[in-house]
Amino acid sequence: MTKQWLIIRPKVLPISFHLDRRVPVILLILTLVTIVAMIISIGYGEYPISPIDVVKTLLGLPTANDDYTFIINTLRLPRTIAAFLVGAGLAIAGTITQGITRNPLAAPSIVGVNAGATLAAVTLLILLPNTPISLLPFAAFVGALIVSLLIYLLAWQGGSSPVRLILVGIGFSLIADALTDIMTTFGEINTVSQALVWLAGSVYGRSWSQVLALIPWIVIFGLMALLLTRELNTLNLGDEVARSLGSRIEWQRGLLLLTSVALAGASIATAGAVGFVDLMSPHLGRKLVGASHEGLLPVAAMLGGMLVVVADLLGRVLFAPNELPCGIITAAIGAPYFVYLLINQQK
Amino acid sequence: MYRDRNNSQSPQIPVPQGHIVPLWDNISPSPSLSNHRLEAEQLTLAYDNATIIRNLNLGIPAGKTTVLIGANGCGKSTLLRGLAKLLKPKSGIVYLDGKNISQLKAKTVAKKMGMLPQSPVAPEGLTVRDLVAMGRYPYQSCLQQWSTGDEKKVAEALDIATMTELADRPLDSLSGGQKQRAWIAMILAQDTDILLLDEPTTFLDLSHQVELLDLLDELQASQGKTIVMILHDLNLSCRYADYLVAVQQGKVYATGTPQQVMTEEMVRDVFDLECRIVLDPLADTPMCIPMGRKARR
Repeated sequence: MTKQWLIIRPKVLPISFHLDRRVPVILLILTLVTIVAMIISIGYGEYPISPIDVVKTLLGLPTANDDYTFIINTLRLPRTIAAFLVGAGLAIAGTITQGITRNPLAAPSIVGVNAGATLAAVTLLILLPNTPISLLPFAAFVGALIVSLLIYLLAWQGGSSPVRLILVGIGFSLIADALTDIMTTFGEINTVSQALVWLAGSVYGRSWSQVLALIPWIVIFGLMALLLTRELNTLNLGDEVARSLGSRIEWQRGLLLLTSVALAGASIATAGAVGFVDLMSPHLGRKLVGASHEGLLPVAAMLGGMLVVVADLLGRVLFAPNELPCGIITAAIGAPYFVYLLINQQK
Repeated sequence: MYRDRNNSQSPQIPVPQGHIVPLWDNISPSPSLSNHRLEAEQLTLAYDNATIIRNLNLGIPAGKTTVLIGANGCGKSTLLRGLAKLLKPKSGIVYLDGKNISQLKAKTVAKKMGMLPQSPVAPEGLTVRDLVAMGRYPYQSCLQQWSTGDEKKVAEALDIATMTELADRPLDSLSGGQKQRAWIAMILAQDTDILLLDEPTTFLDLSHQVELLDLLDELQASQGKTIVMILHDLNLSCRYADYLVAVQQGKVYATGTPQQVMTEEMVRDVFDLECRIVLDPLADTPMCIPMGRKARR
């Protein structure tokens, strides 16, 4: 009967689960595309390196040029890994918010959660320029959390009105952006210029210290999201059904929201406002593997990672030698997609 | 207050053997009564400050179909939500198998009682099989997400609801009747003795209404399930219910067999409608023929 499902139920382990049959294939394809994009991205630049040399260097094999190791491992690799992690984090955050609000338009970047994270991080950057980078995710997390709670209090109302949530969220976005502008206007010039590059949503010049500060957040909360997929599935059926299936909905929704905010906050702390990835990835994921979150969540995460890696590459290739931040590329693709979803929603 | 005149006025209606007369409005129920799986004692339910149900007592007989009837806004949906532990009582207690339901774990309740709200909405792209599998949620854990038992119950549920062939279709591509059968399959996969359904026939045409009620009736008969549902159609209610509960403004107006409850006086008081009660020529159950202005001419 289960043509559509892949059932994993090893005899020796007390584990069992099922996945949509398409999930492993899709994940494999996305991983391959991502790796290829990463290799091209690492090779591309003022100092081009051939893909073969990139792979050799990454695998620790000797190459013709000793500089490659420094250029790749120290300068370019952290950038593309940061891009991937940020994309994956944002995509998981978006999948969770769309699931718990049952609102296909809800995504942290739309409803002001990202703007709150940005405001908190910019405030920290400008007021305390000497703060260690590892504290930035915490600040962004707090900013994102405050906006989430405000939205929850003012616009949730049982998730009854998708458009209300979006409108209130966009309001918060604007307020937070305005406050961020005030911070950058009155801040000290050097710290402000540093903040401005970051604000556009860029992985430019990301170093290992930033990647290492991000990894624990993505790993811990990504795993948490994976463990909560069945809860996300039941919440996605509506409060009444979820509750009668035995979900403790307030507690589970709170935990999921916290996970989403942590992922969005930490991603934004690393790359600034990379928008629309959190909106698009879950939608594309649903088209590929269906709406059940066991498969959707990892697929959306891979899609998000791939999108930002590719956006970062495109940003450098399209108008070379000028460089566009990846946030501008994702917005250029994502904004029309958002409008398309909005029109569909009204039908 | 207490207006169930039928019971005293119609002694000719025999109470079937072995069947316990449900508890009346102002008699305190005893939680130990084994024939009542589900009971409300002095139950008061409210949204914010609007009290919908006040000091209500009701017993739901085990292994029977009980149908709640009443005018729009009388509180029957609220009552069902209260019984299903979806709404926390302002005061009073709901007993499930003699235990205070608010002290039971959510998953414990979910293994005994399934509830289908009125016109639930499935997320876009979800297939019937995905949905029905979610009925197994109370039995699963982090590690055991899809046991052979889960697989068997889901296959059974799909089969009973005749949804096996449509299992891999997304819900949003199905007709109203098929969608509703998919949801029924989900709560069947939940494998509970008690099923609560809030207007399961809404938006279905007559033939699909009858099809769905037949399905529930056969389930009740073959598996001895306890079914509590809200229906709007009084005649179908009389045909499929073992018991009727007429709800009027947050109070139980009358409970009993359809013959006991379905009287012209009840319809006048509860629905504010003049009618004649005749016998259904096919099922011998009462039928309500509304008077209206046109028929009087």
